[in-house]
Amino acid sequence: MSFTRIYGLFLRHFYLITRSFPRVLDLVYWPTIQITLWGFISNFFATHTTYYNNAVGVILTCAILYDFLFRTSIGFNMLFLEEIWSRNFTNLFITPMKIGEILTSLVITALIRSLIGLVPAVLLTSPLFGISILELGIFLFFLFLSLYIFGITLGILVSSGLLRFGPSFENIAWSTMFLLAPFGCIYYPIETLPEVFQKIAYILPLVYIFEEARNILINQTVDVENIYNAFIWNALYFTLSIILFYYSFNAAKNRGTLINMGE
Amino acid sequence: MKNLIEVKDIKKNYGKKEAVKGISFNVQENEILGLLGPNGSGKTTTIGMLLGLLKPTSGQIFINNLKLENHRIEILEMINFISPYIELPKKLTVKQNLYVYSKLYKVKNIEKRIEYLSEKLRIEDLLDSITGELSSGQKNRVSLAKALINEPKVLLLDEPTASLDPEVGDFVRTFLEEYKREKKISILLASHNMSEVTRLCKSVLMMKNGEIIDQGKPDDLITKHGRTNLEEVFLKLSRSKSEFY
Repeated sequence: MSFTRIYGLFLRHFYLITRSFPRVLDLVYWPTIQITLWGFISNFFATHTTYYNNAVGVILTCAILYDFLFRTSIGFNMLFLEEIWSRNFTNLFITPMKIGEILTSLVITALIRSLIGLVPAVLLTSPLFGISILELGIFLFFLFLSLYIFGITLGILVSSGLLRFGPSFENIAWSTMFLLAPFGCIYYPIETLPEVFQKIAYILPLVYIFEEARNILINQTVDVENIYNAFIWNALYFTLSIILFYYSFNAAKNRGTLINMGE
Repeated sequence: MKNLIEVKDIKKNYGKKEAVKGISFNVQENEILGLLGPNGSGKTTTIGMLLGLLKPTSGQIFINNLKLENHRIEILEMINFISPYIELPKKLTVKQNLYVYSKLYKVKNIEKRIEYLSEKLRIEDLLDSITGELSSGQKNRVSLAKALINEPKVLLLDEPTASLDPEVGDFVRTFLEEYKREKKISILLASHNMSEVTRLCKSVLMMKNGEIIDQGKPDDLITKHGRTNLEEVFLKLSRSKSEFY
């Protein structure tokens, strides 16, 4: 593993962000809009329902957590797609970078991109809605970490698809998060789902993360088992995504996708 | 003279389609080998296999005596590629692009290397320009700088002067001749520009339908086929049926 190469690929995307104000604006704009929108919705629910009576920030906190997941996953896909759109894909894959170095660099860059968008949005919640996500305490770190791993996992799975099937897989890249969102039980308890959907939800780490966020905010207690379950499922999916990425890379070498990627 | 590229009976099939049908050739140190053939003859597939982007169905490739299958990373450190069909990130400045690729190739003394190539390729004044805003001639020289950033022992060129005006084309050809002579590198040149191939290449391979249908020095091929230049030889071979050769 060469940190010089990892840093080199990070620089390629860092330069891209720093050279373009609209890109920075884009990173900050959507999380801020999302948080503001859900802030007003949660204020409305807090005054009109009994479920959220004691936890004004539940929806807003879940919105922030979901947005972090969404930005991480989309951010990872964007880094990969950026190489395809700029027709730089072949240049990158003929450098002596190992697959592990490419993935590490993209994982770090995706985190930084997500944080650029998230931090201003989180800072806004306190003056606008009188809510601080930091109320989740030390467990907030574990919830974010878990979401980050799952976001990256989805990003790697989509990138594997791009490697295997080429740019035609791009539409899937945009839709994965929307497909999983209903099963993630982001804004509602898992009991809300039909029984069949609950079974699907229980094999995703998302449901444990959002159930635990609500549990901490509403019941003021911590169920470590939820956090543990989220990490176990994450470990499984993350490992599978890495295996699939290597498999897709080898398949792309057989099919010639790496040569025609920009076309 | 040492062979820097050794290709032994490589084949590439896509399902039932045979893109490359068991070709073999060598490129020596300080040699430019021309790879000619009509579109779809297997040139790009061959280059893709040499770059490790494509896995041969069978056969072996050695670069500087290292087997590509087992030493992909070491080989990619000593090889580079330029093609009009791939580009550098358009939003970055020329210097940022060269700096990024210097890091990816772990170039030592990056500033000195960029300065050297900028001077040789006359791109000093372009270093702070946005890559996407350059003319095709300028982009070509920048891509060449990227292709030489790691001081490659082997350079693969796919249509390196396509869409360039005669002045820039001549500059690039002269540069390649001098650079090869100075650094004693091996160059595999795929081109449809026959005068370029005649000028630069010691010998050429003619490919058609995934096979090498003829090879030799440009002058020898012209004599052998009773034509006056390499373009006429190319046309004759391209239009003929493979079984004649």
